[in-house]
Amino acid sequence: MYDKPLPVIDPDTEPFWAALREHRFTLKRCLDCDRTHFYPRAICPHCHGDRLEWTGSPGTGTIYTYTVARRPAGPAFKADTPYVIALVDLDEGPRMMARVAAPPDRVRIGQRVEMVFDDVTESVTLPGFRLAVA
Amino acid sequence: MAAPRGAAREAVIVGVADAPLADGMLATPGTPLSAQARAARDALTQAGLTLADVDGLLTAGAWGVPGVGQLPTIAIGEYLGIVPRFFDGTNAGGSAFESHVGHAAMAIEQGLCEVALITYGSTQKSDRSRNLAGRPPSLGMQFETPFGLPTPMGGYAMAAMRHMHEFGTTPAQLADVAVSARRWAALNPAATLRTPIQVDDVLASPMICDPLHALDCCLVTDGAGALVMTTAEHARALGVKPVYVRGFGEAHSHLSMALMPDVARLGIAERTGREALDRAGLRHDAIDVVQVYDSFTITVILTLEALGFCAPGEGGAFAASRRTGPGGEFPMNTSGGGLAYAHPGMYGLFLLIEAARQLRGECGERQVRGASTALVHGTGVTLSSAATCILSLS
Repeated sequence: MYDKPLPVIDPDTEPFWAALREHRFTLKRCLDCDRTHFYPRAICPHCHGDRLEWTGSPGTGTIYTYTVARRPAGPAFKADTPYVIALVDLDEGPRMMARVAAPPDRVRIGQRVEMVFDDVTESVTLPGFRLAVA
Repeated sequence: MAAPRGAAREAVIVGVADAPLADGMLATPGTPLSAQARAARDALTQAGLTLADVDGLLTAGAWGVPGVGQLPTIAIGEYLGIVPRFFDGTNAGGSAFESHVGHAAMAIEQGLCEVALITYGSTQKSDRSRNLAGRPPSLGMQFETPFGLPTPMGGYAMAAMRHMHEFGTTPAQLADVAVSARRWAALNPAATLRTPIQVDDVLASPMICDPLHALDCCLVTDGAGALVMTTAEHARALGVKPVYVRGFGEAHSHLSMALMPDVARLGIAERTGREALDRAGLRHDAIDVVQVYDSFTITVILTLEALGFCAPGEGGAFAASRRTGPGGEFPMNTSGGGLAYAHPGMYGLFLLIEAARQLRGECGERQVRGASTALVHGTGVTLSSAATCILSLS
């Protein structure tokens, strides 16, 4: 039984989570300014246009910063401690938060990472990262 | 705040009060509402005013959410029996109260109200209600809460990690901020933690979120406070020494940690600090005492850099306890701050209370001699919001 918080999926984000269930990572791309953003919105945060499309992403990027949680974010995370949470700069530009599945002492800012898909329930797949093989 | 010196209806602070604590809990047990009410009455009494004089009411509630805390000015107004003609429940986290002072100043200058009361109260320690769980995983938070970042310190830890990476800031430099706070607290009988500590004590305390140790984090205490503002003319009629609000700036940038533009640089604080000083017509060297939000040791380093007291990346060296502690050339967080005085969930009001007390010369052993101008800077949520106030005796 998975007892950690699950995303409350809404009409705006259903396509994003649906793609993750199929182990595909997607970003919103603006047809006006050609830039991608995360998290997905109805209006481009860069140029404020509304001609947006979902675009596939390889889910590769670089660790911008991270921390190691030695105390859990609530009892549901206790068994995971210590765990690494990072902000990852995706190669397309946007930055996102996710866990990095690696021993804390092996994680450094600037490391290359690649996406892994964690099927935590039947309906939710969380994105995560692992250290890229050099 | 925007009015030229000597203009009619210049906004001033005329009263401040906060609830005495014992071991971080309200010395007189109560609720967030009763504690705020007592502090409000004390602050008004100081100025020769009563609750019946209050026609402007500003507060940010962190109690009973969801519940009455979602409508904080209404809840407090009802409790105090006040029907305000101006109210503001702006909640930008811990910096809300610096925003309130700016908003109240504008309202007073514009004649929207005559006596503004700003309050805050929390019984989070007595209630044992503080936890590290994140925000509900809906809307924008569906992309962060599921990953288990301890909130709020996880976001600050990410900022500290990046600051160390970019600038070579060290854990010992972070620790020195906490050492300085304790040195001030040792001079303040009202402070919660008064035992001196050394850098090694901080580094030996349990790691919470790398690189932040337990002693890099602010206290979890109860607390309640109030601040009263009116016009300079009214203050003169009351025979009260006024503290002028000469400059103000506010901004916010993000709620999701991934959307903070640069975690090693507080862009919003750069702007609010510059705007506040510009509006006051003052330069950094005119500031005698500084009160900056110290939710975590890294917060202070980032803030001092952003406000321009030192260059980007030099905050670790600048914030050394020798400079910022008692007797140093840059007196900062003279009550002991959120790290050693008290931190009742949102601390911004207590920065303002200490600044006003310093300017009025009420600080006893910790008094900064001749302090006539103070800079107060609030930081809220996870480095999300900023607000700067310049307070002055002239």
